[in-house]
Amino acid sequence: MTERLAPGIMADAPGRRWSRGTKNAAKRREAGVAALFLTPWMLGLVLLTLGPMLYSLYLAFTDYDLLSPPRWVGLDNFTAMASDPRFLASAGVTFAYVAVSVPLLLVISMLVALLLNTKMRFLTGYRALFYLPSLLGASVAIAALWRQVFGDEGLLNAALAIFGIEHGSWVGDPSTALGTIVVLSVWAFGSTMIIFLAGLRQVPSELYEAAAVDGAGRIRRFFSITVPMLTPLIFFNALMGTINAFQAFTGAYVISGGTGGPVNSTLFYTLYLYQRGFAQLDMGYASAMAWLLVLVLAVFTALFFWSARYWVFYGDK
Amino acid sequence: MTTTSIRMPRRIFPTTVVKHPVLFGIVRHTLLVCLLVVLLYPLLWMVAASFRPNNEIFNGLGLFTGNFTLDNYVNGWGAGQLGFSQYFLNSFLVTALSIVGNLISCSLTAYAFARLEFPFKRTLFAILLGTMLLPYHVTLVPQYILFNELDWINTYLPLVVPKFLGTEAFFIFLMVQFIRTLPRELDESARLDGAGHFGIFARIIMPLALPAIGTTAMFTFIASWNDFLGPLLYVNRADLQTVPLALQTFLDSTGENAFGELFAMSTLSLAPIVGFFIVSQRLLIEGIATTGMK
Repeated sequence: MTERLAPGIMADAPGRRWSRGTKNAAKRREAGVAALFLTPWMLGLVLLTLGPMLYSLYLAFTDYDLLSPPRWVGLDNFTAMASDPRFLASAGVTFAYVAVSVPLLLVISMLVALLLNTKMRFLTGYRALFYLPSLLGASVAIAALWRQVFGDEGLLNAALAIFGIEHGSWVGDPSTALGTIVVLSVWAFGSTMIIFLAGLRQVPSELYEAAAVDGAGRIRRFFSITVPMLTPLIFFNALMGTINAFQAFTGAYVISGGTGGPVNSTLFYTLYLYQRGFAQLDMGYASAMAWLLVLVLAVFTALFFWSARYWVFYGDK
Repeated sequence: MTTTSIRMPRRIFPTTVVKHPVLFGIVRHTLLVCLLVVLLYPLLWMVAASFRPNNEIFNGLGLFTGNFTLDNYVNGWGAGQLGFSQYFLNSFLVTALSIVGNLISCSLTAYAFARLEFPFKRTLFAILLGTMLLPYHVTLVPQYILFNELDWINTYLPLVVPKFLGTEAFFIFLMVQFIRTLPRELDESARLDGAGHFGIFARIIMPLALPAIGTTAMFTFIASWNDFLGPLLYVNRADLQTVPLALQTFLDSTGENAFGELFAMSTLSLAPIVGFFIVSQRLLIEGIATTGMK
């Protein structure tokens, strides 16, 4: 199961290489049928993905406001970013968010998965309840609730008041606003946890038995067996978590009322892209930002795959 | 035999390793329950608060403080220019069309990749996987321009048409993986009975792929129901707003003094997802565990 999830997927492409030499009628007919089956997807790929990608690459080097035709400006959009305080703030906010939320998400989901990884009462119930927030976490309703929970008279402050601690609004304070969105993302750790739990189930228990016979303690067994056996899933969850975190939007939009405030503290990269592109109709700048995001994600993905050979362990290879 | 050899160590493991199994169990359950309370309390509180008069909403931490009222639901339901009955209808319409679109386009594409031979298959499959990792922002601006040129702003076409064109590569990948596990002998025998590829697709593969189809349908439901950015970009007219957009506008226009109505409508907006989840949580969780879909 793990190989299905993890980096091997590219090598896993179905089918054999199409051979040019065998041009018989049956093959050609099959290709014709395939073309029919593939028509919707191919249309989407060309019209909604590849075409737009090329167009946005072109727009990245233009000044375009939807009303007058695009005007070629070369690298101006990119050089403008370097001296755009809001852009720099948004990059900073996003990196901070990724750096804090992804590791937190991994650690918490791993810990809860470990707690759930034995035969125990109410297992399915626990699993379902821990998973529920990940279905709701992306909704506007939860983001709106979050604004209350971390607001002035919110739940958190009511809870802190019991201990005599007083604090103003958490979403209104630039030093804590980003933290509330981190908490929102970590709150939805359930789906990551389920993947870890499925992986833990695959670890052969003979390994633990053998290690126990050899006198390895709980902690030793965790680091020498569990962690190595889970590295393909840690890899998968870390990569997907990072890609998702770079694209976070709804929470920041709703909690800050679309502004990215207070003082740009929740101005996520995608939120700023949205503001430039769709509020200010600065389509060229937004496209340049989008392509920069593609580059950054490509670099991160490449780093992940490159580093994988040093720390991801495949039992069967 | 095989079952005992798998089960045995599980039974041995806790007794040989944990010195005080009962104590350990109690500690574990206590930890889990505490965590769940922290995790789910805000949700419960929101539901409870939605039944409270507005001036009692901020009466602290408790779930059952003060008076019970349905006013928030009544007033909230009529909020906005057209009321939430319209927004819910809109959301259901967009979600239903998205599900249909995804199921049709993704299953057709998946069948081709899983069962048919054609030129550049490996290249196309690599492109398909590549689009899974692509941030959607890179197509966001040009797609907006395209839909704007087509005069599709303030229609549901920008939200729904992409689903019919298989833009959700993940679901295609999921179905390819699933169809490849189905025995090819079934196709062969259907072919001997005279079925063509469409026959095999419709009568053999699709019925057998129901678990993958169900997973796709459910995740599409949740994603479309929660989708905020799409409607935010493409739907400005009040009568076309979906529930998330209406909630956002509601939040912006009323501020703090109508929290009760906001919570009432928020609760209602989450209800279909929770209801769906209660019915199908097994399938959903299995889907996550085997495919990594989040």
